[in-house]
Amino acid sequence: MLTKGVPDFSEGAVSFDEDGHLERGKTPTVMNPNDAFALEAALQTRVRHGGHVSGMSMGPPGYAEVLEGAMESVYTDDSYLLSDRELAASDTWATAITVSSGIEKYREEVADVDLVFAGFKTADGETGQTGPQTCWALEWPIVTHVIALDIDPDERRLRAKRLVEGDVDEIETVETPLPCMVVTDPEFEPTYRKASHRLTHKELRAETQERAADHDEHLTTWDHADLNLDPDYIGLDGSPTIVSSVDPIPKAPSEREATMIDPDDGTAMEPVLEELQPFAGGD
Amino acid sequence: MSTNGSNGSEYEHYEAVVVGCGPGGAAAAARLAEHGVETLVLERGVEAGSKNVSGGLIYAEDSAPYTIDDLFDGFREEAAERPVTDYRIHNIAGDKVKTYDLTDLHEHDTDWCDAVLRRQMDSWLEARVHEKTSETGGGVLTNVRVNGLLREDGEIIGVTCDELDPIEADLIVAADGVNSELAREAGLMDWEEPDEWFQGVKAVVDMDPEAVNHRFGIDDDEGVAHLFSGDLFEDVRGGGFLYTNEESLSIGTVFHLDSLVAEQAEPHELLDALLTHPMMAHWIGDGYDEREYAAKLVPDSKKVAHREPYRDRLVLVGDAAGQMQAQGPIIKGMNHAVTAGALAADAFAITRGNADSEAAGRRYAKLLEDSGTMAKLRPKQYDLARTVGERDAVTNVVDRVLESPLGSVALGNSLADRVLERAYNSPFLVSMLPDTRTGYTTVPTVIGEARGKSIRWKNDAEPPSLEERIGELTYDTDVGNPHIELLDDSAEASGAAVYACPVSAEAFGGGCYRTEQVKTNGDEETVVSLDTQPCVECGTCAIVADTAWEHPRGGKGVEYREG
Ligand SMILES: Cc1cc2nc3c(=O)[nH]c(=O)nc-3n(C[C@H](O)[C@H](O)[C@H](O)COP(=O)(O)OP(=O)(O)OC[C@H]3O[C@@H](n4cnc5c(N)ncnc54)[C@H](O)[C@@H]3O)c2cc1C
Ligand code: SF4
Repeated sequence: MLTKGVPDFSEGAVSFDEDGHLERGKTPTVMNPNDAFALEAALQTRVRHGGHVSGMSMGPPGYAEVLEGAMESVYTDDSYLLSDRELAASDTWATAITVSSGIEKYREEVADVDLVFAGFKTADGETGQTGPQTCWALEWPIVTHVIALDIDPDERRLRAKRLVEGDVDEIETVETPLPCMVVTDPEFEPTYRKASHRLTHKELRAETQERAADHDEHLTTWDHADLNLDPDYIGLDGSPTIVSSVDPIPKAPSEREATMIDPDDGTAMEPVLEELQPFAGGD
Repeated sequence: MSTNGSNGSEYEHYEAVVVGCGPGGAAAAARLAEHGVETLVLERGVEAGSKNVSGGLIYAEDSAPYTIDDLFDGFREEAAERPVTDYRIHNIAGDKVKTYDLTDLHEHDTDWCDAVLRRQMDSWLEARVHEKTSETGGGVLTNVRVNGLLREDGEIIGVTCDELDPIEADLIVAADGVNSELAREAGLMDWEEPDEWFQGVKAVVDMDPEAVNHRFGIDDDEGVAHLFSGDLFEDVRGGGFLYTNEESLSIGTVFHLDSLVAEQAEPHELLDALLTHPMMAHWIGDGYDEREYAAKLVPDSKKVAHREPYRDRLVLVGDAAGQMQAQGPIIKGMNHAVTAGALAADAFAITRGNADSEAAGRRYAKLLEDSGTMAKLRPKQYDLARTVGERDAVTNVVDRVLESPLGSVALGNSLADRVLERAYNSPFLVSMLPDTRTGYTTVPTVIGEARGKSIRWKNDAEPPSLEERIGELTYDTDVGNPHIELLDDSAEASGAAVYACPVSAEAFGGGCYRTEQVKTNGDEETVVSLDTQPCVECGTCAIVADTAWEHPRGGKGVEYREG
């Protein structure tokens, strides 16, 4: 099993209350469009290498629908929803803490995880931080802006092509050992050039249609107590970010050079974390 | 599937690869799966049937070794439209029509015969084929276009695709229909002579089931087939058809391609001539509502059915092998594709493990002969008749006699009437009809003229313009990657496509082919230009124009909803 978890940080509701907090209940929940790419990457990995893919999301109970959508569209095996009142109005930091706790619990109680896939940015938060922050909390290597990926199951390594946007877009290839986190770029395109892969894909689709029709059976919900989280550190209380107003956001700068990351090597990881620092600081 | 080919190569390998999921491919794959053969089916459409057009009546012949319902349980109930319970031909001269009952010919060697719409039929087959082939380690993949043959030391060992890496197989079944790129690449078929093809054009007309029942005087489980010939189409050799579906009519025309070219006829206008004939008024009623306009070439088995349709591990079945029989006015392509597909599968099963890579192909050719299939496709009497019949001189003399008052009287007297009805109903005589104006136009016209009753119903049908027809079709255009390239834009080389293309017309600038006047050094010259966007992939310009012609990539191009 190579692929085990797909935290689907799905968002979509864009309604704010008078304090400027997102009102999830007011707008219909849809899958974060960027997550579609992440999920395609998870599906591609699963089709090529087999394994088990779980969808994970943090949000109100209505998010179960998003996870159901993920099951229908990218054939996840089961769904994990991190949800309760205490988790409401989390910013990216609190979300990252919660999601990483969810993944930790998953590893302890369900199965070990080789890869975590996440979308580029959520459609509403647009911070691009939750992924890196979650990863930081997990102490895993992270590869962002991924447009193509290849896994060597024997060596337990992942090779990825990243799109580095700048004056001139560049594509760089990076390699990292598993487990790791993959943040896909909207340019990600799954490729299935083997007939056997396409047949597997088709088989999964058929299997999943039945499963998704019975989504509740495959859904596990964890609240903050299950996750062993202190309410002070999560939800609104645990969210250091205050959104003053919603404005168009300038494009975040991105690193230009190829970065080979070996997470076993603490010093090698430092510059990566440093590079991520500006993003973690809020735009 | 295994990733190591027989020679330790890196190719993905399946025991059998079937290209195309029309009736031929579906039958081959189903039968291969029954033999326990690991079978991969590759279909270029988004779904099987999305690229296919037929009239279409599918026959189950008493004498055939395989019929579609032998291979697919529930076919008639679930995939077909109405059975044909009433069969007629109308001989037309102007507004005069003489109708003969063709039920005898229709029922000759017929166990049953149902009308079909190809999107419904083929997609149903695809699902069944996928179930069957999945059980033996394969399956059906759509949106995949095979673009060539994989060779090793010159020998055909597999296929190459636009969307997939090359695949090796012990058996390759080219069931890719008319204009088979694989048959051409293998050097088994060419796309040169217009007289080896027919062009079929069809409209599916929306109609309430009750209206269908009422207008044709039938019940829900009954259907009609009407054929039309005569001067309705001027001198273009061919005819028209009308078949009843559950909730629509299929109305179309099938013409000899060489005749279309020679007469510079516009296919859509010929179809409109049929649709707007007074005789149609009663059937179409007011409120003509066309669901779909479609077109495709049809090979003429009498001339092109390949007697040895194989090379190395490759076998051709159905239209790809030219196995499309025009039995006089009755068109039998789907049934023969089914038979051939199943026989090819049997041939492979019998010779499995044989070191000689052509063993399956040779056995398949023998099965085609032994089962009598080849004799139907290439009737001996036709070969004999053709040597005299098609010679222009003879034709002209016969035509002149028939058109003379004496000839008309002879054909038109009541004895002749009975003889003619019998002659039309004789499979033997019908298969002898040479492909000349005599059989298609002169005789029916004379019959219509002399024996026909004038029909003066007012037909209010207003068929859509070509532009509207194109507008109603669904396309997924492969922008920047046209599948047809015009090699010679001179009017001599490619001008015929401007009228013969079913979605182009001299007077219409929005079709695929157009002519333009260009001035060069003071001279004015007519050149032909091509825009493949409205192309319905019928194959006509592959034959009548100087082109480099391929099918679009998987899933791209036109998508038929009815077929
Ligand atoms: C107007 C008209 C009326 C007709 N009327 C009748 C009738 O009444 N009765 C009758 O029996 N026959 C009729 N025919 C003929 C009949 O449609 C054909 O003979 C029959 O469809 C042949 O079946 P097939 O399986 O060989 O090919 P097709 O049905 O053409 O199937 C070929 C399949 O291969 C796929 N394909 C092609 N190239 C590739 C590629 N490179 N890679 C992957 N897939 C590919 C196509 O998408 C298609 O699904 C008619 C035809 C026309 C045009
Ligand atoms: S462009 Fe050629 S293949 Fe396309 S519809 Fe016209 S004649 Fe047929």
